Amino acid sequence: MTEHSLQLSSPSQLYQKKRLRDLKEQAIQFLLLLAACSSVATTIAIMWVLISESVGLFQHVSPWEFLTGTEWAPLFEPPAYGILPLVCGTLVTSAVALAVAIPLGTIAALYLTEFASPQLREAVKPILELLAGIPTVVFGYFALLFVTPLLQKVIPDLPGFNMLSPGIVMGIMITPLISSISEDAMRAVPVELREGSYATGATRLQTAWKVVFPAAISGISASYILGISRAVGETMIVAIAAGLQPIMTLNPLESAATITTYIVQVSLGDTPHGTPEYQTIFAAGLTLVIITLIFNIIGYFLSRRYRERY
Amino acid sequence: MVEEAFKSIFDSPELQLKAQVNNLNFYYGGTAHVLKNVNLAIAENQVTALIGPSGCGKTTLLRCFNRMHDLYPGNRYEGEILLDSSINILDRQVDPIEVRMRISMVFQRPNPFPKSIYENVAYGLRVRGEQRQSVMDEKVEQALRLAALWDEVKDRLREPAYNLSGGQQQRLCIARALATDPEMILFDEPTSALDPIATASIEELMSHLKKHVTILIVTHSLQQAARLSDYTAFMFLGELVEFNKTITLFNQPLSKQTEDYISGRFG
Repeated sequence: MTEHSLQLSSPSQLYQKKRLRDLKEQAIQFLLLLAACSSVATTIAIMWVLISESVGLFQHVSPWEFLTGTEWAPLFEPPAYGILPLVCGTLVTSAVALAVAIPLGTIAALYLTEFASPQLREAVKPILELLAGIPTVVFGYFALLFVTPLLQKVIPDLPGFNMLSPGIVMGIMITPLISSISEDAMRAVPVELREGSYATGATRLQTAWKVVFPAAISGISASYILGISRAVGETMIVAIAAGLQPIMTLNPLESAATITTYIVQVSLGDTPHGTPEYQTIFAAGLTLVIITLIFNIIGYFLSRRYRERY
Repeated sequence: MVEEAFKSIFDSPELQLKAQVNNLNFYYGGTAHVLKNVNLAIAENQVTALIGPSGCGKTTLLRCFNRMHDLYPGNRYEGEILLDSSINILDRQVDPIEVRMRISMVFQRPNPFPKSIYENVAYGLRVRGEQRQSVMDEKVEQALRLAALWDEVKDRLREPAYNLSGGQQQRLCIARALATDPEMILFDEPTSALDPIATASIEELMSHLKKHVTILIVTHSLQQAARLSDYTAFMFLGELVEFNKTITLFNQPLSKQTEDYISGRFG
């Protein structure tokens, strides 16, 4: 065996071998390129559809009216095309969700990395991840049929559809996402930093809060941004439990539709193709994409600003 | 012979005892017996060096002094380390945090926190609950001056500590260890990650520092031990083979193993 492989091939054989190998490498490289391009191409296609259909709408409605109008009633007569009520609905439910998920997720991550015994951590992690695997429809009904009645005991005149309850449930849904990414970020903090803190006489809590947390801030803020994107784009929970009325309000105790709720509502109906009503869902979708994009950009700069450098 | 030398140091009138290790045994994870019956005396305001080949237990011994092993489950100490001939710092009743406040540590690689230069030095004061800004400013400046870093950083105290060079970062870590007025500082191969120039400046710093604190240093470099320390302990396979004044240990080693190690025959 070794004797054979050590034998030198003749020059022409060598040349042929190289050509065959080059061909194979190129084919593989091309396949990999295709795979890498598929997601980029999909993104471009989606943006293309959203923008081209929205342009159709903006021939009927001025973009200024769309962005600043405080009434959203494209299916009524006379139609009104102000997206602000839907944006408010989205922002309020997302804010409630983040008010729940950010503290809960961060504390859970801090506890799991810095305090919990390895055995406990191994037991808790799968359960947390299971929470992320529950279908959002189930969360939606949980919000409507369990959390809302519970909240109504505390706040008696809370309407059956409100933004608080789906917001809270959405927060619970996002918590594992935030905690698991934050946990990875904190676990990546070198042990020398922790020991340095302990060696100056710091307690576990001081070490976790004053050294590990700031050292991992970049990864943690990335988890917050992902959480925000998740909350802004969440559909089922708000569609089921927040109500379908596009009401302009910032009060989480009221019912209001979000951008996603509206898109579901119209997509399910039989709105004729090409009409302005039909095009509104694309404009609403575009708005949603832009909101998410803005948060992602903020997150990008934040994590660059506080990049972890151990 | 080795025991006699040990005893004579122990009993010598010039030795001001700061800490005393008596029959120390240490087990990692309950099973690995890493330190075997170690006895050692640490002289006050002197530099004591721990030398020996890799894996001989010198860092493990060093980390017993501030109970760092408590951070990981399953580690076990036997025996005692007496501080000021009164408190056994290995006693379960003794709060390890209290110990670490009196005995601070500088690590192998510079490990400044992701904070400003000022906040790094002030960290130990903050965790002690110091609130007064004036006290804090004063202590930070004092520590930075002691660590010979003040002139280089006084105009940029708010800058991130990571902007400093490796040698400066290590001096910052020394300032951090000094800020809380410890009685003793443990150095775990403090120059092994530094270039020769930075190493020289840290060494010079240490020889000044011993006026203020007792120093225990683990080093891989025999030359460093010879240059810096007043007393040297040679360890091998978890045992303390020989302990003597540095000058004596390097010139007239009593044990064959010590002689072989310092003459470069192994290790």
